[in-house]
Amino acid sequence: MNTQESQHIISYKMLGIVLAALLALTGVTVAVSSVDLGVFNVPVALLIASTKATLVLLFFMHMKYESRVIIVSFISAVVFLGILISLMFFDVAFRYFS
Amino acid sequence: MNATESFYNTPSPPGLKGIWAWLLTHDHKRIGIMYLWSVGFWFCVALCCGLLMRIELMWVGKTIMGPEIYNSLFTLHGVIMVFLFVIPAVPSIFGNFFLPIQIGADDVFFPRLNLLSWYLFMLGGLLAIVSLFLGEGFPDTGWTFYVPFSLTTDKNVVLTVTAAFILGMSSMLTGLNFITTVHRMRTKDMGWMQMPLFTWSLYATSWVQILATPVLSITLLMVIFERVFAIGLFDPGKGGDPILYQHLFWMYSHPAVYIMILPAMGVISEIIPVFSRKAVFGYKGIVISSMGIAVAGSLVWAHHMYTSGMSDVAIFVFSLLTFLVAIPTAVKVFSWIATMYKGAIEMTPPLYLALIFIYLFCIGGLTGLILGAAGTDIHLHDTHFVVSHFHFAMFGGTGFAFFAALHYWWPKMFGIMYDFKKAYIGATLAAVGFIFHYIPMFILGMQGMPRRYYDYLPKFERGNFLAGLGGFLMVIGILLMFYNLLISFRKKKGAPQDPWGGTTLEWSVPSPPPLHNFVEEPQVKEYPYDFSEVIARAQEAQEAQDAQEAQDSEEEDGEKDR
Amino acid sequence: MEKKIDKTIDKSIDKTGVRIGMWLFLYTEIILFGGLFVLYAAYFHKFPDLFAQGGKELNRVLGTVNTAVLLISSFTVAASITALQRGKKGQTISLLLFSIFCGAVFLVNKYFEWSAKFHHDIFPNSATLQDGPDGLNIFFGLYYVITGLHGLHVIIGMLLLTITLVLVIKERVHKDRFQLLENSGLYWHLVDLIWIFVFPLFYLVL
Repeated sequence: MNTQESQHIISYKMLGIVLAALLALTGVTVAVSSVDLGVFNVPVALLIASTKATLVLLFFMHMKYESRVIIVSFISAVVFLGILISLMFFDVAFRYFS
Repeated sequence: MNATESFYNTPSPPGLKGIWAWLLTHDHKRIGIMYLWSVGFWFCVALCCGLLMRIELMWVGKTIMGPEIYNSLFTLHGVIMVFLFVIPAVPSIFGNFFLPIQIGADDVFFPRLNLLSWYLFMLGGLLAIVSLFLGEGFPDTGWTFYVPFSLTTDKNVVLTVTAAFILGMSSMLTGLNFITTVHRMRTKDMGWMQMPLFTWSLYATSWVQILATPVLSITLLMVIFERVFAIGLFDPGKGGDPILYQHLFWMYSHPAVYIMILPAMGVISEIIPVFSRKAVFGYKGIVISSMGIAVAGSLVWAHHMYTSGMSDVAIFVFSLLTFLVAIPTAVKVFSWIATMYKGAIEMTPPLYLALIFIYLFCIGGLTGLILGAAGTDIHLHDTHFVVSHFHFAMFGGTGFAFFAALHYWWPKMFGIMYDFKKAYIGATLAAVGFIFHYIPMFILGMQGMPRRYYDYLPKFERGNFLAGLGGFLMVIGILLMFYNLLISFRKKKGAPQDPWGGTTLEWSVPSPPPLHNFVEEPQVKEYPYDFSEVIARAQEAQEAQDAQEAQDSEEEDGEKDR
Repeated sequence: MEKKIDKTIDKSIDKTGVRIGMWLFLYTEIILFGGLFVLYAAYFHKFPDLFAQGGKELNRVLGTVNTAVLLISSFTVAASITALQRGKKGQTISLLLFSIFCGAVFLVNKYFEWSAKFHHDIFPNSATLQDGPDGLNIFFGLYYVITGLHGLHVIIGMLLLTITLVLVIKERVHKDRFQLLENSGLYWHLVDLIWIFVFPLFYLVL
């Protein structure tokens, strides 16, 4: 199984655009944090962080051009972590304030 | 150099002789053999610990040791058995040796990483030994290292926890290696659904190793941090929540149960069809259930914590989820039984051990359901019932599958045959001893005898005494099996390439395999368990034998006539 | 025999395989930090107000600067791969040097941040935290564990980048064989990824 597929080269310009987007999003998340959104505080912060993470993954880490194995397994790893945290909340959410 | 010469006679890497040809090898087969000896050593050590504990428990009161030593001893027994025997036994020994051969590859994908895993394994074991003699001695916390006791005891917890951390790394790297190997090194013609079931089970296990082990790593790191810096993350006095430690710990350690049992199930799935001379029943079902167990097994950790003070909602949810794991497990057991149904069964020691596995593992699994139900667990929690249950699953399951694998692949690994009779006797003694050892514990547990105490109420003495006798019988049986295998080195009864009539690729190479595994391009079958050739071959041999006998008797008749 | 050896060499540069291996390793790192985020989630649920109070005590400016520094270094590492793929050794070297420099800046900032906290008697097991509210102790406990472990990863990442840099200079890593650069790069990006989540969760909680 020696598939020597051609390596994708991402141009400096593309990387630069991604960096600009990332810095802009950092600015947004700092700005948003000074506004109290009530219950949406954490979801909004996490949403922005996830967007940034996705940008890093797709372009800096070349995931956009990766084989399906890596993409699927990465998503499963993250989902697995999410499931662990949410299942634990069956305990935590019903214990701390009862 | 002869291309078919076995890997023992071909030092690798080239140029290195003697012990260095082993210690610096990148050859997956040699690493597998090195794991065999080191894991075997640890198994014997932990077996002795277990036996010492049972001797202490045979009579009321202090028999051979006091409570302090007893506490350290059950921790030592647990830590060694879990981290140095049950988890690495099947994947590290047989996985390393056979996974590449079964998929038609030269070696694993990262051979040097593979060697590093072995060294990490040895380092972890060494640290465990060192922690016996340094400071206040081996921890008395049990292998679970529960807080707050593990933070307050003055025993040598940090070192032992570090050992477990390193062993976890070794296990992760092995998993990483196997996944990459399966993805990238399958021979060209082998599709996913043509992979042998043992490889499939290792693949599923590797995913659990990769995704669950880091949780243990961080948990153990937290124990070290807490002990060194006293942060208080698990200390209720400082706002911490000790139950979160249990969550984190079991997030790994329950999936670890499946790291232990999945490869064992893979071994059984190999052995049953071969000796039934029949295609395995429900190949896809077994594959899917392997992956299903890997997924479902990761979601049920909190069933170890029903009495910890966790919320009732969580108890309900995790009890429900726990019962779901029984489904894929049962699929496998049904498939094995259905494979044997109307098969041409040929009794051999590996099959015998595999049948013992099915019986013992079923008891282990079914008593698991009793504990998985929250109501009964409240009564049985932390009693000898639990001890017996997980020994049925871990030892009756994985342990006997390990013995079965040892007997199944021994001819391939060393190119020699062992004596069947002693193997049967040893296996029978071990199984009967096993049952006499652990069944009394079920009863003791239901009567309320707690685990992890060096003494008990006088009314429990008879059961404990019986269990002790059973333990001795079991150990004798196991030692007889090992002895039988070891003396096969002396007798040197050579094993043919395919002594059992197996169809997977490892039986198409010489015993023991040559350095590069395959002398010629491996021939992948359309379906990995197609026994038509084996049966045809056996029939031909039978016919030839019949013809020979007919000829012989004719000649005899002729002689008589004259 | 000769043929066999060729075959093994051939396989060792199965680039996709090497990348798969590296990604699998990254998953273990993600889950490793994930365990800490599990704790964070539970404790944040338990002490939402005190976590917000703790977050206000952290230096938001330094945190933002550090985020930017890591993002920029991530960019330069990614760019260094592009440069190497295009065969421009000089550019690769200077980009890598700059990335390592960014890592150092990050650590120096972190040092000032931590020492300021220590100065205010806020560190694990300090009197202020012991006597203060439970939630604050937990918040700073998690802060020190997560940022400490993250800092350790920054150091390992810098080491990896340095090794790669040396090998690039020695031309052992070049246009046709850059798995090491790629893998060190992936590791560095992972360090950045984790920080992307640490930053809002600790510095910007409300």
